[in-house]
Amino acid sequence: MTDALDVALRLLVVFVVFLTFPLLVGQTEHKVMAHMQGRLGPMYAGGFHGWAQLIADGVKFAQKEDVVPAGADRRIFQLAPAVALLPYLLVLLAVPIGPGEGAVGQVLDAGVFFVLAVMGVGVLGSLMAGWASANKFSLLGGLRTAAQLLAYELPMLLTAASVAMAAGTVSLVGILDAFEWWWLPWQITGALVFFVAGLAELQRPPFDMPVADSEIIFGAYTEYTGLRFALFLLAEYAGIVVLCGLTTVLFLGGWHGPWGADGLGWVWTLLKTAVLAFVVIWLRVSYPRLREDQLQKFAWTLLVPLALAQIALTGVVKVVFL
Amino acid sequence: MSTAATAGALAAGTVHRAAGSPGFLSPTGVEIAFLLVGLVTLGAAVVTVTTRQLVHAALWLVVALGGLAVEYLLLTAEFIAWVQVLIYVGSVVVLLLFGLMLTRAPIGRSPDADSGNRWVALAVAVAAAAALVWVVVDAFRTTWIDLDGAPSGTTEVTGAGLFQHWVLPFEALSVLLLAALVGAIVLSRKAKAGSEPGAKDAAASGTATGASRTRRDQEGTR
Repeated sequence: MTDALDVALRLLVVFVVFLTFPLLVGQTEHKVMAHMQGRLGPMYAGGFHGWAQLIADGVKFAQKEDVVPAGADRRIFQLAPAVALLPYLLVLLAVPIGPGEGAVGQVLDAGVFFVLAVMGVGVLGSLMAGWASANKFSLLGGLRTAAQLLAYELPMLLTAASVAMAAGTVSLVGILDAFEWWWLPWQITGALVFFVAGLAELQRPPFDMPVADSEIIFGAYTEYTGLRFALFLLAEYAGIVVLCGLTTVLFLGGWHGPWGADGLGWVWTLLKTAVLAFVVIWLRVSYPRLREDQLQKFAWTLLVPLALAQIALTGVVKVVFL
Repeated sequence: MSTAATAGALAAGTVHRAAGSPGFLSPTGVEIAFLLVGLVTLGAAVVTVTTRQLVHAALWLVVALGGLAVEYLLLTAEFIAWVQVLIYVGSVVVLLLFGLMLTRAPIGRSPDADSGNRWVALAVAVAAAAALVWVVVDAFRTTWIDLDGAPSGTTEVTGAGLFQHWVLPFEALSVLLLAALVGAIVLSRKAKAGSEPGAKDAAASGTATGASRTRRDQEGTR
């Protein structure tokens, strides 16, 4: 009985995190972007500095008509948002936020592979949406999404493999248990490659060619309205939370900190994740969008060699010094 | 690909039968789940090859491959299950969809997608499936996997088995993949130099990146 209760409680906590954290990131994005651009951002909804803006947005989305284009492939069109969103919920289950087995939704033996595999599945949602919309812009967006995933998943996988080599395990909990502070400079190249490739996989600016709103009017999501469109947006922000959480766990030591790692480890995890999320927003405001060919070139000629170099460095250090 | 899925589903049935001695008449929950997932996988695989809608076929393939991953999970082979999802669902199917979208992916039925060789294909598929099932039945006739004991499919066990007992086949497979990679590059180069630009060219280069990607993924999972 207590076991069942324990499982239910963990699932509930993960679900609540899944519903609230993306909204927090979204609200932060509203405000941070506004202030970086010399604006105020939302100020009215909820009273204090527009804190309830995204709730108001949600209500607005729920009220809109759910339109399916006449020429679309109806069932796949309707299924796509769920395929895009659910993988991130599953990934959150495996991300440890504190020391010990009490602070992770589900301990997995091959956690690194699980999170990368399931994150890759989310892209299928965009592909399905792009194809099923019966719209040229959507199809173009879907094509670009697929090309981007193919280019950027490889460096992500290689850098994650580098951390797994360093720790001698592919379990996320095990990697955190093995973490030492000097891994930070040792794996810094890998961390940068992982984070940048993750941004590209989420199609966040400056890697947002697949959804470029001024060219192909939001790509695969052109035809979506109402709640289904909101689900795609939620998937993007859930993706930011997952990516920042994973970068924290794999490269920044997760719950390790200069002090208080025993009781307050989860604060460190959340703090590092929040700082990374801020960086994600910052990058959106500061960098212009990369062209499609620049995107591919960046991945194949820069990120992949860097990731391979990181693996070589990890191997050499591991064999010679450890 | 679908042949493999079908064979996997059929093999699922045989493992179940082979497990008959300890408790054939009172199957455990895991065994029932295994059988049901096997049926779903088989069904998805059959729909994959029979549907008239090209993109639907690719999406049913996702269901079939995902079902196989669940089967691995039920047999406690966690590492293999996630690699299955990573390579097949995450990469191969995405590549397939990419290729379809680049060339031709009409919404609705495409009657010209049917080949005249369907009966030959069926015969080959049945023969391949029969051979695989026979091999599996012959090899694992009395083997009984104890799911409650120490997990026999963790990353550690898999890695040790792969690099202690199966190093030679593993490396031979690497060489095979390398040959495929080089072959794909040669083919795409030749098509580019020839006088036939257009869709064929794009398809060929798509295959090349696909092969290289799969190969590198294999490297990554080592």
